[in-house]
Amino acid sequence: MDKIEKDLLEQITGLHEVPQGAYNIRANGRGAGRRTTENIDIVTKTDKPGIDIYIKPGTKNESVHIPVLLSETGLQDLVYNDFYVGEGADVTIVAGCGIHNGGDGESRHDGIHTFHLAADARLRYVEKHYGQGDGNGQNVMNPTTVIELAERAHMEMETTQIRGVDSTVRVTRSTLADGASLRIRENLMTHGSQLAETDFSVDMNGEDCSADVVSRSVAKDTSRQVFRSCINGNNRCTGHTECDAIIMDEASVSAIPELTANHLDAALIHEAAIGKIAGEQLIKLMTLGLTEQEAEEQIVSGFLK
Amino acid sequence: MLQLKNIGYRVMADGQEREILHDINLTIEDGFTAITGPNGGGKSTLAKVIAGIITPNEGQILLDGRDITACTVTERAQLGISFAFQQPVRFKGLTVRDLITLAAGRTLTVSEACAYLSEVGLCAREYIDREINASLSGGELKRIEIAMIIARGTKVSLFDEPEAGIDLWSFNNLIQVFEKMHDTLGGSILIISHQERILNIADRVVVIADGRVRAEGTRQEILPELLQGNTTCSALTAKL
Repeated sequence: MDKIEKDLLEQITGLHEVPQGAYNIRANGRGAGRRTTENIDIVTKTDKPGIDIYIKPGTKNESVHIPVLLSETGLQDLVYNDFYVGEGADVTIVAGCGIHNGGDGESRHDGIHTFHLAADARLRYVEKHYGQGDGNGQNVMNPTTVIELAERAHMEMETTQIRGVDSTVRVTRSTLADGASLRIRENLMTHGSQLAETDFSVDMNGEDCSADVVSRSVAKDTSRQVFRSCINGNNRCTGHTECDAIIMDEASVSAIPELTANHLDAALIHEAAIGKIAGEQLIKLMTLGLTEQEAEEQIVSGFLK
Repeated sequence: MLQLKNIGYRVMADGQEREILHDINLTIEDGFTAITGPNGGGKSTLAKVIAGIITPNEGQILLDGRDITACTVTERAQLGISFAFQQPVRFKGLTVRDLITLAAGRTLTVSEACAYLSEVGLCAREYIDREINASLSGGELKRIEIAMIIARGTKVSLFDEPEAGIDLWSFNNLIQVFEKMHDTLGGSILIISHQERILNIADRVVVIADGRVRAEGTRQEILPELLQGNTTCSALTAKL
């Protein structure tokens, strides 16, 4: 990896070097390193670009890193990754995409991730999207996440996009079987003239399944965000969706929650709040000696923590 | 030493000008000064004028002889004025530790941050990583607000009704906190309060009503008259 790729890797995974455990690094549309373990196998797809990741039943405390790095301007990368998490496994998967676009072409990565969690499997899935570069080319990422949770499976998804992605449409589709639970936390910040669309959909099909979908976002400058969250309660279940947004400058944020109860015992809640930073919050931090700008930075970074 | 000279403040309400503060002249020496008086008398406005949140229409504010009337909230904070709000502010995402660290203005060890919380009777381990959000009660927020002032340790510490929203059990604790602060914090401690027990530990008491200084002096001079309920302060004594 060159310096730019190492920097991108650090931004999206927090790592300076290759990760511990299993990993697959994709750089500029090609494989740039892979390691499998006794319990985790990674196989290149033969019918389309991408990989299949197989995690054996009962695998505990292991992790898989699958970062994608783009540093060539104008590269259009499309990848399909399928994750099979075996029964009773308890693992962490860290994904993410970093783009450095120093030219004038549009750099684009569309990742389609499908998670198949077997019964009683537990997964923590962390993804970060980050863009940089001094060129005029656009950084575009359109991640699609498909989640299938079998009986009593549990998945936590933390998805973060803080800087440098000019345009993103983030689609997440999920289905939950009996006793399954899904927790999604989205942290998003847009600036400049960026556009970010988020589209979550959860089908709660199983008895006593639950979903908790929470988005916190900050929209600066003239950026625009659209947050859609659709929860369908098709059985006895509990669902909660929340969108909390700070709007600044001339930005625009739409929150469109949609709840559908198709069962008498489906308990569904949505909350949405959009507003500017409260003046009293700024003043409180200014009475501690911070300037208005420092106060704003503290409030935003705390909000997105 | 904090000096207020001829402070006046007016607002427009329902198309009419209303005077909130009228020709306030006060010199706040080092030590413990309590400001009391009926609700709506201008006490909180005066505190905001000192902190720089409200700009007076006329008058001057001097800190150790320096004119700070034109200074911003930030500049006054940096010069050594701390202000504990009557209604503490909630922050989604920022933790108790974040705010105590910002207040101290330097990186704190966990045990240092915890020490400030223990000062105000909070079990630090339970609170240090909690968000300053709706999950904290009003009383807890007030105590965290006071801990921030202790962490700042500036030459002027201003508290707007620190007892408001604190339950009786915590109130005894709060009195001890202020008694200790009196001995250790130094500088000028200025407390807006209706509570006799807080007035009882003050070196000086200032009575403000109808936007004017009605009485000013040592505790021994002011309190007996105040508690007898003379006409000036009947609204106040009703609360005591």
